[in-house]
Amino acid sequence: MNFSNVSTICPYCGCGCGMILQTIDQEIINTLPSKSNPINEGKLCIKGWNVHDFVVSSQRATQPLIRKDGDLKEVSWNEVLEYVAKELMRIKDQYGPDSIAFMSSAKCTNEENFLFQKLARAVVGTNNVDHCARL
Amino acid sequence: MSEKIAKHVSELLKQGKIEAFIGLKEQQGSKHIIPHIYTDGDNLDGFYTGFNEGADAKRYPLVKTLFHISKRYPEARLGILARGCDERGLKELYKWNQLNTEQVVTVGLACSKELAEFCECYKPYPDEFVEGEKVPGVDSERVKKVSALEEPERLKFWLDKFSRCIKCYGCRNICPMCFCKECSLEEMEFIETGKIPPENPIFHLTRAVHMAGRCIDCGLCEEACPVDIPLRILYKKVNNIIMDHYSYRPGFGEEKSPLNILGSRPDENNS
Repeated sequence: MNFSNVSTICPYCGCGCGMILQTIDQEIINTLPSKSNPINEGKLCIKGWNVHDFVVSSQRATQPLIRKDGDLKEVSWNEVLEYVAKELMRIKDQYGPDSIAFMSSAKCTNEENFLFQKLARAVVGTNNVDHCARL
Repeated sequence: MSEKIAKHVSELLKQGKIEAFIGLKEQQGSKHIIPHIYTDGDNLDGFYTGFNEGADAKRYPLVKTLFHISKRYPEARLGILARGCDERGLKELYKWNQLNTEQVVTVGLACSKELAEFCECYKPYPDEFVEGEKVPGVDSERVKKVSALEEPERLKFWLDKFSRCIKCYGCRNICPMCFCKECSLEEMEFIETGKIPPENPIFHLTRAVHMAGRCIDCGLCEEACPVDIPLRILYKKVNNIIMDHYSYRPGFGEEKSPLNILGSRPDENNS
């Protein structure tokens, strides 16, 4: 029997609720809110309560995908990054920097979001930066 | 932390009377209290019980945790830290054929007077306990106060409270008595999925009806509610109705709920 309780932070938004993931034999079976975490004091929202479910979801993307000839194909990180960089440069050259928008995420850290807007402003040259919480 | 309980648990593990003990642990560094499963009698690092603590004692659904482990390992003999409410939860699960008494060893902890009063708990101690003192049960003033309201006021009170619901399902998720594989609260015919707020008062009334004669009054639901709906008043009230009409209180004695209509097979009869 291998049962454990792993203390962690909810991955869904920037609130940072404390949660405990319960695992049996390496499988995550349940989520509990942390009672002693000062952020959420033993409470969670519906997304937090269901964190254990999406980890093993069959609908989850586990590899980069590119649509080729109408179908999504699994490709390597190298290929996808090269493709994205090339396309962004092409669009920027053809239509100007403001033809590109950067959509950031509440699930990222402050530091990641900082770097992301820096890339948008300093490298691409646009102020079109927004994030998922506004949707 | 209670030395008495730690010693008792250590002995149970060393003597092989239990395979594992489901309790609580204070994490090193962060000091967070989390559920923990102890398997080595010589290693009880961070052992925590919440003994002598008041209203802010960190209580987790340990019975539900035991239930999950027991489903996967039905033969495992498990120890569990049990306050009065945890013991009532176990007893009810035995009666509903969800757990086998043979597989569970309780290590009892009686609650402090302060916690008993905060919970308005009618039996703040398990039948047998290793630590703590028996303090008298407390009648619920909150239930009396709400019940005494004139009907229109009472309706306003409940509709106001329910209207705050963000439908997180936390009350159901944390409940040690919610063991159904399919839940009415997820049935499209009763509750429209993906709609917030939930229909008022259907969502909460549905759950309240299901708690009648089943709620063991641990209060974890109310503690988990992000919008402070006084769920405990609601479920204490439905339990009082069952008590008044059928003289039945969940978690006491071996008698089954009067709402156990179908009965069970002899091999299912654990209580």
